[in-house]
Amino acid sequence: MEMQDDSILEIRDLTVKVEEKIILDSISLQLRAGENYIVFGPNGSGKTSLIHAIMGIPPFEVASGEILFMGKDISKLTVYERANLGMTIGFQHPPEIRGVKLGDLLKICLGRERHYSFSKEEQAMIENFRLTEFLHRDINVGFSGGERKRAEILQAMFLKSKMLFLDEPDSGVDIDSLKVIADELQRYLEESGSAALIVTHKGDILDHIKSKYACIIMNGKSHCFNDPKKIYNEIRENGYEHCVSCMLRKEEGWYF
Amino acid sequence: MVLLTAKSQLVDLPHRILEGAARAGIELREADSSGVYFHVDQNTLFSQVNEHFEDKIEMMDTKEALETYPWLEDLHWKLIDRNQDEYTRKVDEKYSGGYFMRILPGAEITFPLQSCLLMTRRNSEQRVHNLIIAEKGSNSQILTTCVQHIDALHATHLGVSEIYVKKGAKLNFTMVHHWGEDTKVRPRSAALIDDGGEFISNYICLTPVKDMQMFPAAYCNGEDSKTLFNNILYVQEGSHMDIGARAELNGKGSKAELNTRAITKGNSKLTVRGTIVGNNRECKGHLECRGLVLDDNSVLEAIPILRAIKKGADLTHEAAVGKLSEHEITYLMSRRMKQDDAVGALIRGFMDVSIMGLSKSISEEIEKIIDAVAEAS
Repeated sequence: MEMQDDSILEIRDLTVKVEEKIILDSISLQLRAGENYIVFGPNGSGKTSLIHAIMGIPPFEVASGEILFMGKDISKLTVYERANLGMTIGFQHPPEIRGVKLGDLLKICLGRERHYSFSKEEQAMIENFRLTEFLHRDINVGFSGGERKRAEILQAMFLKSKMLFLDEPDSGVDIDSLKVIADELQRYLEESGSAALIVTHKGDILDHIKSKYACIIMNGKSHCFNDPKKIYNEIRENGYEHCVSCMLRKEEGWYF
Repeated sequence: MVLLTAKSQLVDLPHRILEGAARAGIELREADSSGVYFHVDQNTLFSQVNEHFEDKIEMMDTKEALETYPWLEDLHWKLIDRNQDEYTRKVDEKYSGGYFMRILPGAEITFPLQSCLLMTRRNSEQRVHNLIIAEKGSNSQILTTCVQHIDALHATHLGVSEIYVKKGAKLNFTMVHHWGEDTKVRPRSAALIDDGGEFISNYICLTPVKDMQMFPAAYCNGEDSKTLFNNILYVQEGSHMDIGARAELNGKGSKAELNTRAITKGNSKLTVRGTIVGNNRECKGHLECRGLVLDDNSVLEAIPILRAIKKGADLTHEAAVGKLSEHEITYLMSRRMKQDDAVGALIRGFMDVSIMGLSKSISEEIEKIIDAVAEAS
């Protein structure tokens, strides 16, 4: 497979283990600038494991294969080093951290000190994410599902990352929050030329963002690369098992 | 005894003394305080109320106060038994003074009252007796700092404090300790809270101390009286601390909360005690202890006691002792924080003072100390 100049992330035959157990088996995918990539899959299928492994989050370890970010193999780097190169993750279940304020964390994301005052543009973004009144609150403590997800995406944007991994940004989120998240995400990707890998099992986010590619992860393997809406409709109509067993779709679909 | 009440200026104090106070992170500034009191070794060196608060506060050395107001005899050694233990007996036998602070009825004290008890001599024993009266309807904050000078080895500090919170008064009493690694400390404190009164006692000790034991008491005798004890402790470098508080809920509708956040490391031992006595059918108390043990050489014990002696007393307890969360460290690292910085941020966050009800100026001072400790950890 040739790497193209605008490739941001390329995963080649990635096998991931936890202790000695194989969790993901020979996953390959590629993301280019400005692209979204959707990962579908039922609960427990390995979607979260995939993005945690790419970000270097314990306990996931690369058993074999490569993770290339902007052409560089990053599979031996720490989470901090990967984040510093321009990768970030919006967690499905971000931790509640007492004593660390959302405002302070946003400043860290911006690379600023605690005494920094947000610029007008940054304040407008915080307001658009409806998080102004949360700046002085402990991160995620007492936040609703939507508030947590909005805070996660805003942090990712303040980090100005080239590669965003978003884990279930549409689960536990009200319709208004979903629209804010998806619209801002789409705008960010278009303006910055960054890429996003979005894990979802509900697919609600597809109504709001433009995405060309998707795959299904089941039992640690990836299947059925294709147009996200086609896959999503198939899943809704026939379920994951059927979708995966449909070899015809594999032949028709975009596949590398 | 040198007594320079209301005559000198703070700037005249020897540099060495101010430097000692600054070591605890507290910068004493007359302009930002409603009053300043300084007791060094066996002498009260300075006691002065800011001129803007002269009609709202009385402050002087306890010995002078007892001579000035004979009625203080009714409050002196009344909340604490002078024969309670060898330390109270020693203070009763001989003491070098202490602060008397009286916040007058209805007074709103917008700036904190500050006191500093400093030890500068080797092999010395400082014995003080403090008296605080928050009169009816008053609202004030006191920041008291106890500091040991770097040269004062083998010192002992014995401090008796009796605190009266009258009807509808609010008193926030914050104590910051900065002792030496071979110092022995025995504070003995008690507070009596009248109807609708509120007493918040904050204790912060983030530097090593050889041997520290205290178990202050609050008697919520008044109807709807309330007390809060908050401790933030960083027990390190071979320190031994036994810290706690006891609240007696005697009044109808009285409430108490005892919160401790504690970190141990470096061959240290901490025992956190808490006792709430529910002695009214309509009272409510909550005891909470959260601890972090940062190595395998230290011990953290939490010993909570809830004692209900009236039907209807509502007492609860929550404790968690553990290590820093890997998930939280990883989370912060994913936001471009180095591992050490993430650990520092979590330790700093753990010692969050926002529960203490502090004024902005006190809170800023204390946050500076916490920043320094978190950064060094």
